[in-house]
Order: sequence, then C-alpha cells, then structure tokens
Amino acid sequence: MTHALHIEGLTRHFGSRIAVDTVTFTADTGEVLGFLGPNGAGKSTTMKMIVGFLAPTRGTARVLGRDVLQDPLGVKAAVGYLPEGAPAYPDMTPKAFLDFIAGIRGYDGADRRKRVGHVIELTRIEEVAAQPVETLSKGYKRRVGLAQSLLHDPQVLILDEPTDGLDPNQKQVVRELIRTMARDKCIVISTHVLEEVDAVCTRALIIARGRIKADGSPDTLRSQWGSDNLDEVFGRITRNA
Amino acid sequence: MRNTWLVFRREFAAYFATPLASIFIVIFLLLAGLLTFFLGGFLERAQADLVPFFEFHPWLYLFLVPALSMRLWAEERRLGTIELFLTLPISMIEAVAGKFLAAWAFAGTALALTFPFWLTVNYLGNPDNGVIVASYVASLLMAGAYLAIGSMISAATKNQVIAFVLTTAACFVLTLAGSTFVLDFLSAWAPTTVVEIVASLGFLPHFQSIQRGVIDLRDIVFFVSVIMIALTANAVIVDWRKAM
Ligand SMILES: Nc1ncnc2c1ncn2[C@@H]1O[C@H](COP(=O)(O)OP(=O)(O)OP(=O)(O)O)[C@@H](O)[C@H]1O
Ligand SMILES: [Mg+2]
Repeated sequence: MTHALHIEGLTRHFGSRIAVDTVTFTADTGEVLGFLGPNGAGKSTTMKMIVGFLAPTRGTARVLGRDVLQDPLGVKAAVGYLPEGAPAYPDMTPKAFLDFIAGIRGYDGADRRKRVGHVIELTRIEEVAAQPVETLSKGYKRRVGLAQSLLHDPQVLILDEPTDGLDPNQKQVVRELIRTMARDKCIVISTHVLEEVDAVCTRALIIARGRIKADGSPDTLRSQWGSDNLDEVFGRITRNA
Repeated sequence: MRNTWLVFRREFAAYFATPLASIFIVIFLLLAGLLTFFLGGFLERAQADLVPFFEFHPWLYLFLVPALSMRLWAEERRLGTIELFLTLPISMIEAVAGKFLAAWAFAGTALALTFPFWLTVNYLGNPDNGVIVASYVASLLMAGAYLAIGSMISAATKNQVIAFVLTTAACFVLTLAGSTFVLDFLSAWAPTTVVEIVASLGFLPHFQSIQRGVIDLRDIVFFVSVIMIALTANAVIVDWRKAM
C-alpha cells in the first residue's frame, strides 16, 4: 500500500553538522502529525527535504508514491507547503499573490477566481486581500501563507509553524480548519505549542538533534513516559537527548 | 511556456511596483541624451545618424543594467520567498527564463522609449534607418548579455549591493575584454589560457559590428550564446546554493 508520506532514512548534513539524522516514518490520510522539538532540532530541514527544496545527503521521501528525488515536480504539484516564516512577495497584494500561485498550480479564469476566493474565505483574510503583503501584520501574513498552501486542495499538507504569531482566536480558527481538513488529507505541522498537539494532532513525533526520539499519539506518549503533562514528557525526552 | 509566462508577468509587474521602473527609465533617457549631445557632439557632427547615441550604450548599461538584474534572485533569497517559489511545480528552466525575460523586456521598454532620438534624426535629415534598426538590435542584445550575467551573479548572493557591484565589474571586464587595457591587467597574474579566453570574449567588437549595420549571424550567435551560458550557470547556481 502506498502511504501518503513515506520517509526513508532522510539525512542532511551542513558541513560537519548533522541537521537531520536518518529520519524514517510513514503517515497516512487522516493523520495530523505534529513535529515537536527544541530549536534547531531539524524540523524545518526535514520538511524542506520532503517538499523537494533541499536535497537530502542520504535517504529520500515519497509523497503519494512519488519519489522526491526522481519526480520532484510531481511531489511539488501534490503537496501544499507553508515554509517557516510564511514568506510572500511584499509588493503584491494577497489577492494578486494567490492569483499568481493558483496560475502556477494550473488554474485559469473562473476556476482560478473561485479557488482564490475560497482560500481567502477559509483563512479569513478578506479584509486585507487588497493591501500589499508588506503592510500586513504578522498573523495576517501567516494566514496568507496558509491560504497559498491550500489553493490546490492538496492531499498532503506540510505546514511549518502554521499558528506562530496568530492571536488566540485565530489560533482556534486555524486549528479548527486543520481538524476539518484532516479527514481526507495527511497533514504534518511543526509547532512549539504543546497544547496544540492535543488540540489537533493524532500523532506526535518528537525530534531532537535531528533524530526521532518518540513517536505516538499524545495519549500514548503520556502513558509511556508516566506523566499526564505533555510539557513534562517533552522535557524528559529532549533533555535526555 | 505557461509557467515562464506567469513568472514573466509577475516579475515584470514587480519592476513597476516600486519607483525603480520610473527612476530607471528617467535616468536612462536623461543620461543617453546628455552623453549623446555633450560627449558625442551630436549637433556638431551635423550628420543625420545615431552613432554617438548608440556608442555610449555599453557604458551606460554598465551601471544601469545591474540595477535591473541585481534583485532577480538575491531578493528572493533575502525574503525567503525562494523557498516558496522553488517548491511550486515549476521547472528551474521556466523559473530562470521567466525572470530573465522580464528584466530583458523591461530594458527593451526603456530602450524603445528612446524613439524621440530616432524621430529627431529623421526630422533633421535622411538617416539610414536600416543601420538604426541594427543598432537597436545590437543594444538590446548587449543589454540581454549583461542581464543574463547579472541574473547569474544575483543567484549567488542574497545581497543586492554585492550583486550590483560584481555584475558591473564582470560586465566591464567582458566589454573591454579584447582591449590591451584588460589583457595587460590580466596577464600580470592570470594563466595564459584565461587571458586567451577573456580576449576572445570581448563584447565590444561584436556590438560595434552589428551597430554599424552589418548584421553578421556570428555576432548574434555570440550574444545569444553568452545569454544561454550565463542562464545555464544561473540555474546551476540557484540549485546548488538555494539553502544558503
Ligand atoms: N542553510 C543552513 N546552513 C547551515 N546550517 C543550517 C542551515 N539550515 C539549518 N541549519 C542547521 O540545521 C539545524 C536544524 O535546523 P532547523 O531549522 O531544521 O531546526 P528547527 O527544528 O526547525 O528549529 P526551530 O524550532 O528553531 O524552527 C540547526 O542546527 C541549524 O543551525
Ligand atoms: Mg524550524
């Protein structure tokens, strides 16, 4: 059976530093996988390799059966990706920006307008859709990045810190959105907010120094590490690393 | 093709999103005019042609064209948008071509806006319009070669100022490559093969021969090859250094 995500021995060196070390896991539709780990653990680097931005030093990633090394464009077409920091062209308005991405994603005319309108609604950026991205607050900018990743209704979503910088209400909105989408997608998010793991993730992957230290549902992790507090579990796992 | 067009459109519009477009065009027209009239002795020559006007283009481009190319990739890197851009389903060739063509089209627009010079000489006399068309082709090809080199250099840094300075320096050397000035300078420290390669690369003779109205296929092929080689290197550099 093809997994939505099949990561095999993914490794990345930067000079002599090993940022990601033989990361292996699979994930399927319906799962919301949370990447947890201290700063510099290798979460973003892993995501960058999965979406075909960074070349792995060793190992590979397969998305819906497509190998990122052999079919990078196939992977890029299939995945929705929110890079860390939600970069967007500052001189464009969210509407023009989304229109550009939707064009590259292959949509035209009325179809494109419908897609753009839909993600603007989903991420609630109607208010700012016509003002340049550089004038947006951090939270709105993040939502524009999220909107961009949803344009083609991808089956696999890779979101690097999707709720960073959002106000509490917006965090709820985005979590709700992720939960709703999870039914027919495979979603990977990275986060530093542990309550978010309980709120949206079906499974957590704790990474430290480039290696997977723990893998399981939030409840499993709690019982395995004998604590009912996820913060404490996280602390124990990553301090030992 | 479709993606190249979409990238082209976005990049072309980006020039007009900042004051860069209008500043560039105004300065270009102003300098082109000043150089032609004062340094080129346009009026004193009492000849109906645009030779003094086109003669200054390589020197003018040396400082203006890098201002167009410096942002192409360096800005994407600094803003982090390169990560977004290169994880879209778009091939490296489409990405590089779209950006380059947008910059080239912009330079072409600025060049086209010099048409009043052409109108003036036609009003004053009977110029050889064939030569003038050839000169415009030469100028456009020269700008294209500078832009391709600038785009390649822009891919190697996230600092636009560095991209600007290095592009100006590289284009200066290539423009003057065949001259004793550059060859003497190079032969002082570079190996002979390097000196010979640089000598054969000189832009100026190719520019001048087209500009004189002799459209020799070899000169055109020369500029097109420079553009292709620089853009290929551009793609390789982006791929190789995208994470840094
Ligand atoms: N381009 C690069 N060059 C050199 N080292 C890098 C580069 N990118 C990442 N690294 C290093 O790789 C390691 C993992 O970084 P990464 O960004 O993946 O961490 P992260 O888990 O996403 O951290 P954070 O929670 O802070 O976002 C870090 O030590 C980082 O310094
Ligand atoms: Mg990160």
